[in-house]
Amino acid sequence: MPRIKVKRTSTVTDMTAMCDVAALLLTFFILTATARQPEPLAVSTPSSTYEFKVPAENNATLTIGQGKVFFEVAGVNVRKRTLELMAEQYNMTFTPEELKAFMGIGSFGVPLQSLKQLIEMNPGDRMKPGVQPGIPTDSTDNQLSAWVLNARKATKEINQQDMRISIKGDSKEEYPVVKKVIDILQDQKVNKFLLVTNAEAKKK
Amino acid sequence: MTPMVDLMFLLVTFFILTTVISTPQAMDIVKPDKNDKQPENRLELKASKTMTILLGKNNKVAWYMGVAGETAPNIGPLANVGDDIVKNRKIADASGVAGDFVVLVKPTSGSTFQNFVDMMDELEILKVKVRQIDDDNIQDNEKQAMKEQGIL
Repeated sequence: MPRIKVKRTSTVTDMTAMCDVAALLLTFFILTATARQPEPLAVSTPSSTYEFKVPAENNATLTIGQGKVFFEVAGVNVRKRTLELMAEQYNMTFTPEELKAFMGIGSFGVPLQSLKQLIEMNPGDRMKPGVQPGIPTDSTDNQLSAWVLNARKATKEINQQDMRISIKGDSKEEYPVVKKVIDILQDQKVNKFLLVTNAEAKKK
Repeated sequence: MTPMVDLMFLLVTFFILTTVISTPQAMDIVKPDKNDKQPENRLELKASKTMTILLGKNNKVAWYMGVAGETAPNIGPLANVGDDIVKNRKIADASGVAGDFVVLVKPTSGSTFQNFVDMMDELEILKVKVRQIDDDNIQDNEKQAMKEQGIL
């Protein structure tokens, strides 16, 4: 009676194909991973269960933290036009090179008078704490209001759409600071805003 | 070659897990218009269906139903205010008075941005449709009551 013979095969397989796939995937993920933009004013936003994405276009973000306000408008062309309008209003002139450099700056928080110095700095120095004191919001020189207004004008001009305003506040920020910014917006008849929050799992 | 493949997959897994789709979420907020020239835009509220929530210091709130000063505000932690809203809504809906249940949120100078966002989020979760934010008209008797409790 013959015994049933189990055929034994070698456990060594050709790994080349598997290795190729792994390398391909690795390359793909490394290349698509976007490095997070460094922000000059780091804030930790509160979390909420709202599911509404912050628009990538036609949007200005006001970052509030440590009593300071930073400003950023989405879209490089809108950003350029905004600075042109600001320069007009404050009787300043920016060279084409400065305008171009400004297009690459995201969030910033300096008075318009020292914006030229900020543009000249190299990106590493801009992010240093203490370099940017925040945008003036006093009633005597309310540059934040001017920035928002000019950004709205620029968005309308270039994209023919209304600009939305997002407020990115630090969780620990005291409400009066936020209220001050909201009041500035309400003076321009902007009564709708987006508050930037972290996503949070919905309570069932 | 096995160690190499192992390492590759480890890296792939790492990159898959770390590339979080980090799109920030946003919360839609509407504040009442400040234009006093159009009194027709003012909304009349029913006292028995209006709950006012004052956000105070140390993550605490003070809330009362109806008109300010008529009933003493209840003080409690912000985390528990959801239960109070549900309770009050039930009573208000059972009263038979026409109109929606309204929540008036008044963030005071003692509260933080986090408190405000949490409050609005709570209202969204509880599906309170009519909610108003009012940070201008914090009345003296409200301030008084909050000061007595040490949350302003």
